[in-house]
Amino acid sequence: MIPEIGLFVLFLALIIAAIQAVVPMVGAVRQDVYLMALGNRLAVIQFFLVTISFTSLIYAFVISDFSLLIVYNNSHSLKPLLYKISGVWGNHEGSMLLWVLILSMFGAALAIWGKNISPTLKARVLSVQSMIGVAFLAFILFTSNPFLRLNPVPSDGRGLNPVLQDPGLAFHPPLLYLGYVGYSMAFSFAVAALIEGKIDDKWGRWVRPWALAAWVFLTAGIALGSWWAYYELGWGGWWFWDPVENASFIPWLLGTALLHSSVVVEKREGFKNWTVLLAILTFSMSLLGTFLVRSGILTSVHTFATDPERGLFILLILFVTIGGALGLFAIRAPIIKNNFKFAPVSRESALLYNNLFLTIGCAIVLLGTLYPLFLEFASNGESKVSIGPPYFNITFLPIMIPLVAAIAVGPMLSWKRGVIGALYVKLLFAAGSCLITIFIVLILVPEGPTLAACSMGLAAWIAAGCLIEWASRIRLFNSKSITNTGRLIKSSKSANGMTLAHLGIAILIVGITGASAWQKEITTSMAIGETIKVNDYSLTLKKVQIGKGPNYNLERGTFSLIKSNNSAIIMHPERRYFPVARQATTEAAIKTTLLADFYLVIGESRDTIDNKNEWTVRFYINPMMFWLWLGVATMVLGGLLSLSDRRRGISIPVRKKA
Amino acid sequence: MKIIFAALIMIFLSPSFFLYGDKLVLASTSNKTSISEEIENKERQISKLLRCVVCQNQSIYESNADIAYDMRLLVRERLLAGDNKDQVINYIVARYGDYILLKPPFQANTVLLWMAPPLMVLIALMIVILLIKNYQHKNIYQKTDKLLNPEDK
Amino acid sequence: MKRFILIIPIIVFIIIIAVLSVMTLQTKEGRNPSIVPSALLGKEAPNIELPMLARNIPGGFKGSDLVGRVNIVNVFSSWCVPCLAEHPQISWLATNGFPIYAINHRDNVSDASNWLKKHGNPYFAVGFDPEGRASLEWGVGGVPETFIINASGIITYKHIGPITKEILKEKILPKLHEAKR
Repeated sequence: MIPEIGLFVLFLALIIAAIQAVVPMVGAVRQDVYLMALGNRLAVIQFFLVTISFTSLIYAFVISDFSLLIVYNNSHSLKPLLYKISGVWGNHEGSMLLWVLILSMFGAALAIWGKNISPTLKARVLSVQSMIGVAFLAFILFTSNPFLRLNPVPSDGRGLNPVLQDPGLAFHPPLLYLGYVGYSMAFSFAVAALIEGKIDDKWGRWVRPWALAAWVFLTAGIALGSWWAYYELGWGGWWFWDPVENASFIPWLLGTALLHSSVVVEKREGFKNWTVLLAILTFSMSLLGTFLVRSGILTSVHTFATDPERGLFILLILFVTIGGALGLFAIRAPIIKNNFKFAPVSRESALLYNNLFLTIGCAIVLLGTLYPLFLEFASNGESKVSIGPPYFNITFLPIMIPLVAAIAVGPMLSWKRGVIGALYVKLLFAAGSCLITIFIVLILVPEGPTLAACSMGLAAWIAAGCLIEWASRIRLFNSKSITNTGRLIKSSKSANGMTLAHLGIAILIVGITGASAWQKEITTSMAIGETIKVNDYSLTLKKVQIGKGPNYNLERGTFSLIKSNNSAIIMHPERRYFPVARQATTEAAIKTTLLADFYLVIGESRDTIDNKNEWTVRFYINPMMFWLWLGVATMVLGGLLSLSDRRRGISIPVRKKA
Repeated sequence: MKIIFAALIMIFLSPSFFLYGDKLVLASTSNKTSISEEIENKERQISKLLRCVVCQNQSIYESNADIAYDMRLLVRERLLAGDNKDQVINYIVARYGDYILLKPPFQANTVLLWMAPPLMVLIALMIVILLIKNYQHKNIYQKTDKLLNPEDK
Repeated sequence: MKRFILIIPIIVFIIIIAVLSVMTLQTKEGRNPSIVPSALLGKEAPNIELPMLARNIPGGFKGSDLVGRVNIVNVFSSWCVPCLAEHPQISWLATNGFPIYAINHRDNVSDASNWLKKHGNPYFAVGFDPEGRASLEWGVGGVPETFIINASGIITYKHIGPITKEILKEKILPKLHEAKR
C-alpha cells in the first residue's frame, strides 16, 4: 500500500513539475506577478511530494518489504538498520529517486529563501529547474521505477554486499549528490539569465551562494568517498583516477572555476559569458557522470547494474538539456555585453589565470576519461588503450602547480589594476617561508625526492601568502586597538572563508606530498611471534584469533608496533568473510598520528614447508596522511564560513539606489 | 611589460619540468627478500604500471588477484633474466596488448592524447599574450571608474 | 570571431554525445566493455612446454604441436563454474571433428583428474599449468578462455568467457570454418 502511494505521488510530482516548467516562465514573459509567484508554491509542493515518495521507499527498506523488487535485490533481513536505510540509494533506482529529491529540494529552497531575487528571474530559474525535474521524473517513472512489485514474495533478500556496509559509504552518495545536483541551481540561473537576456552584478550575487553550497557538498562528498576507499579497500590508496571518480572531479574543477568567475561578475560585471558557460558546463559534467555510471559503456568500481537502454534515455536528456543550454548560449551570448577593462596585473587577471588553468586541468581529466571510448569508436573496436594514474600524474599534476602557486598572489591584488610595488614585500616574506621550508625538509628527510621538498615549499608559499594577506586585510599590525582588529575580523566572513579555504589547499598539498612521496610499504609473510623492522619501527605479530561478527566470520590479527623505546601501539587488522554473499573483505588497522598513518592489512594464511602458519601482511607508513583530510576539511569549513556571510547570503538585502 | 611576458612564458612552461613525474616513486625496504633491493625496486616500479586485467582499475602491484600475483612473478623472472624495464614491459605487452599498460604508450593512436595537454597550455599562453597586447593597444583607464561594491575588497 | 568561439562548446558537445550514443548502442547489442582484444591474434601459438596432467590422461603439448590442422585450445579449471557450464559445448566440438587441447589453469592433479573423470574428458591432450606461468604466455586473463589456431599454427580467434550454445553457433563455428580456409 505504502509503495503504491510512493509511486502515485511521484506521478503527481511529475505533473506539478510539468506545470512548474511552463507557468512561471509564461508569467515572467507577461510580467504576471501571480503566475510568477505560483512557481514558488509549486516548487514547494513538488518537493513535498517527492519527499513522501522517498520516505515510503525508506519505509519499505526498513521493514524489509521483500515484495518490492528493489528491496529484494538490495537488502537482507540481517542487515543492520543503518545499512538497510543506506541500501535505499545503493542501487540505480533508489539513487535516481534521491537525485530527484535533491533537485526538487534545491528548487524549494530557492522558492522559500530567495526572497530578494528579482521575481522574473526567480520564476525563470524555477521553471528551468523544473524542466530538469520533468526529464528525470519521467526517466524514473518510465524506466527506473523503484516501486516494482515481486510475486511470489521471497522470504529474504539478496542484497548483502559486505563492501557496501560501511558508514562512510552510506553517506558518500547523499553528500555527493547534494553537490552534483546542487549545481543544477547554477545551471538554472545561467539558462534563466540567458533567456532573460541580462546578466548583471546582482545575478552574480544571487548565483554565488548556490554555487558555493554545491561546491561545499561536492568537496565533502568526494573527500568522504576517498576516505572510505582509503580505509576500506586495503591498499592505502585514496584516488585511482577511476572513470567515475573523474566524473565527479571534473564538475568539481569547473565548479571551483565558477565560484571564482562569479566573483568577477559580482564585483566588476565582467567575465559574464565565461561564468554563464561555466555554470552550464559544471552541471553538464554532473549529468555526464550520471550517464557514465548507469549506462554500462565503461567498467568501473562505481557502476550500477548496467543497462544500456537506460543509458540511451539519459543521453537523450543530456542532448536536450545541455544541447539546449549550449545552443541558447551560442545565440544569446553576443547580446551579453562585457564592458570592463583590467590591467595585466590585477585581481581580474589573476582570476582569469585561475579560470584558464582550472579549465585546462578539467579538459585533461575529461580527455583521459573519454579517450579510450573515442579510440575504440574510431578504430571500430580494434584498438583499446587504458589510461591510468601514470597518465594523469604526468599531465594533470604539473598544471596544478602554477595554479595553486597563484593562490598566494591573487587575493593580494587589487581590482582593475594591481600595484605590484606594494606586493613585493609581502611576496618576499612568502618566498622566504617557501625557501626556509624547502631547506628544513631537505634536512629532515634527506632520502626523499627533491620534488617533495619543493612541494612542501609550495605549500608554505601558499600558506604564507594567505596569512600575510589576511593579516594585512584585518590590519593586524597597524590597527589602533584590539577591538578594531576584532571588528575587522568579523566584518567579512566571506573573505575569511576564502582565506581559510585557500589555507586548506596548502594543508592538502602537504598531505598529498607526504603520503605519496614519502610512503613506505612492505609486503611480506609473517608467522606468530615474528618481527619485521621498518625504519625505526618494529612490527610484531602477536596472535591471530578466529571470531564472528553480526553477519560475518573473521580472522583478527593482533600486532604490536614499537618505535625505538616508546610504548607499543596495538593494531588489529581483520579479514572478514561474509557467508551469504560469499565474499571476503579486509579491515585495515589504521593508527593515525599527526605526522603519519600506520596502515596494516592481514591477508590469507598459507602453510609453509615446516608446517608453520604464515599470514600475508601489508604494512604502510603514510607520512602526513592526516593533513590530507585536514586540508579538505579546512576547505569545506572555509566554504561554510563564506556561506554564512549574511551579505553574500541567499536573502541579501536589495541595494539602495545611490 | 617584457618582464611580464617572460614571467608568463616561464609559468606556463613550468609544468614541462615535471614530465618525469612518474619517477616520483620512492623505494621502500623489505627485509624478507632474497633478491636484491635494486631488482625489487624495479619490480615495484614496473608492477605499478601494469593493469590487473581481472580487476577494476588496479595495478598488479595493488591487486590481490591470482593473475596479478602470477604477473608480478613474471616481472621478477624477466628482471632476474637480465631484461631492463622496457624489455620486461614489452614482453608483457606482446602477450596482453597495449591495454595492460596503465600509462598509454606514445604511438600513432595516442598522439592526440599526449599532445593535447601541452597544446592546451600553449594556446592558453597565446590567449593571455593576446589579451595583454589588446590592453596595451587600447590602454584605457578611466580614473573615475568606481568599483561597484566599494566597501568590499 | 567571437561568434565562432561561442559555437565551439555546443559542437564539441554534439561530437561527444554522438560517440557516446554509438558506444551505448553497441553495448546494448552486446559489446562488453571489460573485454580486450587479444594481442596474440595473427601470431604463432606460444611455444611454451606444458607438461601432462597425469599418466592416465593424454597430455602435454606446446605451440609447435598445433601445426598441421585447425585446433582449439581451451583454458579451464576444475574450480571454475562457467567452465562446467560450457563443457557440453566443448564436448560437442570434440565429438564433431574439432580437436581440442586444454590448458588446465592453476589447478591440482587430483581435482582436475576427478573433474575430467566425472564430467568426461573431451580433450585431445591436457596441458598442466598449476602456477599459471604458461597461461601468461598465452595472454590468459581468467577462465574459461578459448583459442582457435589454424593449420599454420597461427592464433586466429580468442573467446573470453564461457561458450554458450548461441556463441557456439554464431561465433565459434564460423571462425572455425574461416580458419580452415
